[in-house]
Amino acid sequence: MNSDTSARNTKVMNRFDLTSRLVAKLKHEEAVIGGIGNTNFDLWAAGHRPQNFYMLGSMGLAFPIALGVALAQPDRRVFALEGDGSLLMQLGSLSTIATLAPKNLTMVVMDNGIYQITGAQPTPGSAVADIVAIAVASGVGRSSWAADEDDFERLIEASMSAAGPTLIGVRIDDKPGTGTTRRDPVQIRERFMHGMGVREPL
Amino acid sequence: MAVAEEKTSPETTEKSWHGIVLQTLKRNDIHLVPYVPDRVLTPLIKSLHADSFFTTFATAREEEAVGIVSGAWMGGMRSAVLMQTSGFATLANVLASLAIPYQIPLIMFVSERGTLGEFNYGQSLVCRTMRPVLDSLAMEYHTATRLDEFEFIVDRSIKQALTTQAPVALILSPLLTGGKVFDK
Repeated sequence: MNSDTSARNTKVMNRFDLTSRLVAKLKHEEAVIGGIGNTNFDLWAAGHRPQNFYMLGSMGLAFPIALGVALAQPDRRVFALEGDGSLLMQLGSLSTIATLAPKNLTMVVMDNGIYQITGAQPTPGSAVADIVAIAVASGVGRSSWAADEDDFERLIEASMSAAGPTLIGVRIDDKPGTGTTRRDPVQIRERFMHGMGVREPL
Repeated sequence: MAVAEEKTSPETTEKSWHGIVLQTLKRNDIHLVPYVPDRVLTPLIKSLHADSFFTTFATAREEEAVGIVSGAWMGGMRSAVLMQTSGFATLANVLASLAIPYQIPLIMFVSERGTLGEFNYGQSLVCRTMRPVLDSLAMEYHTATRLDEFEFIVDRSIKQALTTQAPVALILSPLLTGGKVFDK
């Protein structure tokens, strides 16, 4: 496979715009797990839902957390939003997900090739690695780059009826997150459990 | 109840440490058990795989397993994680940024290496980091050394983790499991 990243024909999109497009499609109380930093800031900014979970640390665990939700609730669609730098910390999780093959898991990798939030330093893979190719090689066969916004929406739709987990790579710009998640982990977790129908409020 | 379960599961009738773990997990409705394997844990892992009650699988890293069980808990499924001492040493960040602040009842079984006959210097060193990390985070933990009190420790610790929404580490001493010895 050609890993020359300069040869990519995928459009450079925007994290907040894509996140908003995803959230607008959610009609069935789908779970959304937002990875550390900008990924969950933009999820927050797209409009809080009780079915959203926001990470405030544990970089790289958006996909594993989403896998856990997907295993616990096989009838609910679970989306996970992760950055490329975060995913590089936990590439092994792709193989675990491929092995367990949950039908209800859609993973989105927001790839800007940088650690935007720490000062926009390039990730070690930015010039050479292809996240989607890594996902395919890890066993997640339904992995593809979104060519543009319409393609992203099409891939999201297709994932909802797929027979196994889907990974969608999107190239994004270097913009910071749009909002700032309220950093209240207990309330985030409790609200999410209400959103998952696991608990009732006191 | 334990007697009845033994009658229906002859393969776990022996009061082994791993038989006790399996039955106690079952009794507490813990279905999901991701792990990073360890030689000492092998009989437990085998019996979990052989029992359709459990969804059990290997993960690439221990913190990945912690992420999975955190998501599963929030989705309404109870879980536990198996690992060895050196694996626990990779967890400080996820304990401090996920399990504790989000109040996840993370139940960990840690097979203790690095003491009572350790032959790998690195294992003996990393073992010394485990209790200071648990202490510094004020986490509940117990070192299980005796078979006769093991079921009590496991059962009560699981119930406490679930009801107080706080993690617990159950350290399986070589005194309980036999540990891993230098054999070649």
